[in-house]
Amino acid sequence: MDIKDNDRYKMFTRRATIMSGGAMAVMGTLFGRLYYIQVLESEKYRVLADDNRVSVELLAPRRGKILDRFGTELATNVSNFRLVLVPGQTRDVNAALDALHKIIPISEGRREKVLKTAKKERKYSTITVLENLDWEEFAKANIWTPDMGGIQPDAGVTRSYPFGKDLSHVVGYVAAVNESEIEDDPLLTLPGFRIGKNGIEKAAEVEMRGGAGNRQVEVNAVGRVVRELSRTEGDPGKDVILTLDMELQSYAMRRMEGESGAAVVMDIHNGDVLALASVPGFDPNDFNLGLSQAKWDSLRNDEYKPLLNKAIAGQYPPGSTFKMLVALAALEAGVAGPGDSVTCLGSTRLGNQTFHCWKRGGHGVMNMRNSIKHSCDVYFYEIAQRLGIDRIEDMARRFGLGEAFDFGIPGEKPGLVPSKNWKFANTNERWQKGETLIAGIGQGYLLTTPLQLAVMTAQLANGGKKIQPRIFRAIGDDAAPLEEAEPIGLSPRHLDLVLGGMNAVSNEAGGTAFGSRIDEEGMRLAGKTGTAQVRRITAAERAAGIIKNEDLPWNRRDHALFVAYAPVDDPRYAISVFVEHGGSGSKAAAPIARDIMKKTLIKDPIRRRAVGPVASTRPQSQSQDQRS
Amino acid sequence: MSFLEVMGSGGRDLRLTDKFFEINWGLILLLTIVSGVGIAMLYSVAGRSFDPWATNQLIRFAVGMVALFVVALVDIRVWLNLAYPAYALALLLLVAVEFFGTTGMGAQRWIEIGPIRLQPSEVMKLAMVLTLARYFHGLTLDQISRPIYLLPTLLIIFVPAALVLQQPDLGTAVLLITGGIGLLFLAGLNWKIILTGVVAAVAAVPLAWSFLLRGYQKDRIFTFIDPTRDPLGAGYNIIQSKIALGSGGVFGKGFSKGTQAQLDFLPEKQTDFIFTMLGEELGLFGAAFLLLLYLLILAYCLFFALECRSQFGRLVSMGVGITFALYVFINVAMVMGLLPVVGVPLPLVSYGGTAMITLLVGFGLVMNVHIHRGVDLPRNSIAIW
Repeated sequence: MDIKDNDRYKMFTRRATIMSGGAMAVMGTLFGRLYYIQVLESEKYRVLADDNRVSVELLAPRRGKILDRFGTELATNVSNFRLVLVPGQTRDVNAALDALHKIIPISEGRREKVLKTAKKERKYSTITVLENLDWEEFAKANIWTPDMGGIQPDAGVTRSYPFGKDLSHVVGYVAAVNESEIEDDPLLTLPGFRIGKNGIEKAAEVEMRGGAGNRQVEVNAVGRVVRELSRTEGDPGKDVILTLDMELQSYAMRRMEGESGAAVVMDIHNGDVLALASVPGFDPNDFNLGLSQAKWDSLRNDEYKPLLNKAIAGQYPPGSTFKMLVALAALEAGVAGPGDSVTCLGSTRLGNQTFHCWKRGGHGVMNMRNSIKHSCDVYFYEIAQRLGIDRIEDMARRFGLGEAFDFGIPGEKPGLVPSKNWKFANTNERWQKGETLIAGIGQGYLLTTPLQLAVMTAQLANGGKKIQPRIFRAIGDDAAPLEEAEPIGLSPRHLDLVLGGMNAVSNEAGGTAFGSRIDEEGMRLAGKTGTAQVRRITAAERAAGIIKNEDLPWNRRDHALFVAYAPVDDPRYAISVFVEHGGSGSKAAAPIARDIMKKTLIKDPIRRRAVGPVASTRPQSQSQDQRS
Repeated sequence: MSFLEVMGSGGRDLRLTDKFFEINWGLILLLTIVSGVGIAMLYSVAGRSFDPWATNQLIRFAVGMVALFVVALVDIRVWLNLAYPAYALALLLLVAVEFFGTTGMGAQRWIEIGPIRLQPSEVMKLAMVLTLARYFHGLTLDQISRPIYLLPTLLIIFVPAALVLQQPDLGTAVLLITGGIGLLFLAGLNWKIILTGVVAAVAAVPLAWSFLLRGYQKDRIFTFIDPTRDPLGAGYNIIQSKIALGSGGVFGKGFSKGTQAQLDFLPEKQTDFIFTMLGEELGLFGAAFLLLLYLLILAYCLFFALECRSQFGRLVSMGVGITFALYVFINVAMVMGLLPVVGVPLPLVSYGGTAMITLLVGFGLVMNVHIHRGVDLPRNSIAIW
């Protein structure tokens, strides 16, 4: 080794030592960094790793069903095969949709909607891409899942209403949650989750909804679920049992088909509403699947107002069906007795105004019983004048008119019972005496709902006890409480007199509803017709001869009403029927009421058996359902 | 001058059997363990399957090992004489790849000759080590720092580096430049020039930024500075890598139980990010163990260099060691977020045939230096072929 090489060797050794030192420093840095990440910050990264792989999904509980008093399913859940997408688990939503399109074509509009929702929603929310697929499409989607870039099949449930439009106003419908409706319940933020928007669905929303469950799943980088880590089932929603008798309800709807109106049948003792019909109806299933604008518009613009629940939210003058209360008030006040009579000559004069009886030429001498039987207006003008509006108002309020019952179905209207104070407060004008006369025959300011008239009739028939209408029979296992019916404070003699009048209406020749009587023994009904004018008949028209209802356009015809209870000897059911612009109570409403009442009475024995502990009325299938 | 004459000239001649007994089995064992770790991780990442990576890697390791022994047993003077021709060939290939190369991952890196896929930049890594060692071997200590001798050195380093950067392959270019400068440092470049170089390099950074780096390379550097800038794009890799390492903790999640890797959150887990996967599944212990093995391998390179009688041998052994160390450092620092993401594999562990064979051939040279440590190679005795 020459000297020069010796120099180089020394230099090499020195430099190699320096370099090794540098290498050790670098290695030290690497070790330090490794220690920092894997030991000091390990916990943080562990959480992040779990965030990566573990995805928590809310599980929607089974929504409670709605059943009638016999256990018939009125609202239930059926499978809905859908395809869903979680944007946060897909690298490219567009590409995923392209992949899907190759397997199941999706419309451009649908695609845009999904993209828009994907942008708006939280990253890990589930977006419905397609729903209500048939089984074949769903099976195909299942096979191709790995190719669809994060779109996954999902067997959801959707709400179904087997009775469709027969029950639309009672059960209501469910629809997607609005921004304003979001509360604490995390379920409401679950995309695609639907809540009750109307009817029982809305009223018993919280009970039927149940509590959210959840499952933790392990997902891979593209969001595919690899396995389920844990699963907590939610609490299923409670079933709601209604007082309704679905068969009767359907019958009532059928019987009134083609009309615009309402019919309410109820138990006069406990207030159970057996039928709450409002025609025409709409199919709540349409709302569930998404209503087209055209269909929605046609529903909204229909003159017969299918969206309105006329039984509880339609406010109409009660007409002559109000006369029983005027009679009771007069008897109580002592302004008229059973023997007192009024002579009807066809009209009454008050100041310079003339008030006409419906019967031209008049009824002649009328006592109270006959005035109800014949629905003599002049008689009631007279006693109303003697009573004054405030005593009429008092009786009407005692019977529950003028305020909502709040018995469970949303949207109930209070109606209107006028008084002097009311008029002054609202119009700033004094009460006119003539307005008292008009109120005496159930017209003028007075407004009632068909439900209120049914409750009124029930309270007449049950011996003057105040009852509350009931639509909920039980929620889950809790039977709805029955309140003790308080007496309204009527003299039984007065009541008998009025009920006698109602009996005469239906069962005596000459009664305004004699043509719509029930002849079968034990099923006889007693009722009262009502015909409420919606237009003012001018003196000129009266002179020329009043135009018959049939000759008027629909919306100017009189409303037809009928209230009744049955059986006469041992009353149990009350009914009120309202036919909007139906013509006359005796011709349009009474026959409908008779048929529905008859149907009610035929099923009476079965219904009696069904009374008792609620649990025993549940069909077997349902209690199994609860256990599973 | 015939081949036999070269063999016979100067120093003592070794017979093949003598050489065989000189093989250092400790280094062979270390290389085998490290490659075995790599194969095991490839088996794990495929979901406990030899397909599609582990088997291939095993075959490459076997081929590489054969190459290692062949390279180690050839006389060191052959390598000394082949140094310049090898460099010339590598340079030619690098130019050729510009015109005939196959594009992969956005860069021109391969030439396909029949069934063989040749990556000229890999050949250049070794060729440059040999050439610099050969060049410095012929210079005295004084000459090294003289401009007239320094200029060829810089050309040897920067011409291929520029070609590689052109592909563009930033990782390899950095490896070539750093490795070359490392050898220049070992050969004894004086400190004055070293300091001047450092100052010049620092001054050149803004220039390089504007003229040399491509958009995606700048992007990688931005992302390196703040990975959360683009968590689903360029920053995704490094964020997921740190999550994987960190969640592995001290003992790891268990072999083939790394959720980040097995559920595909970790990108390129069988190639550039295999260290992350190892750290996730085997924890700090596993990762530190592998780094220690690397350190031992480097110690062998140093030790072999120091015991060698020839400057050529010393520089070759250290040159391979430096390249190897740079691989380890760049890759490991990258997956831990200490360096921007550049495509440098983890030596002997990452899936990939060319790097595996290049490295084993490199260690063949190291072993060759060890076997021929006693051979005198006079500074001036060997003519350029």
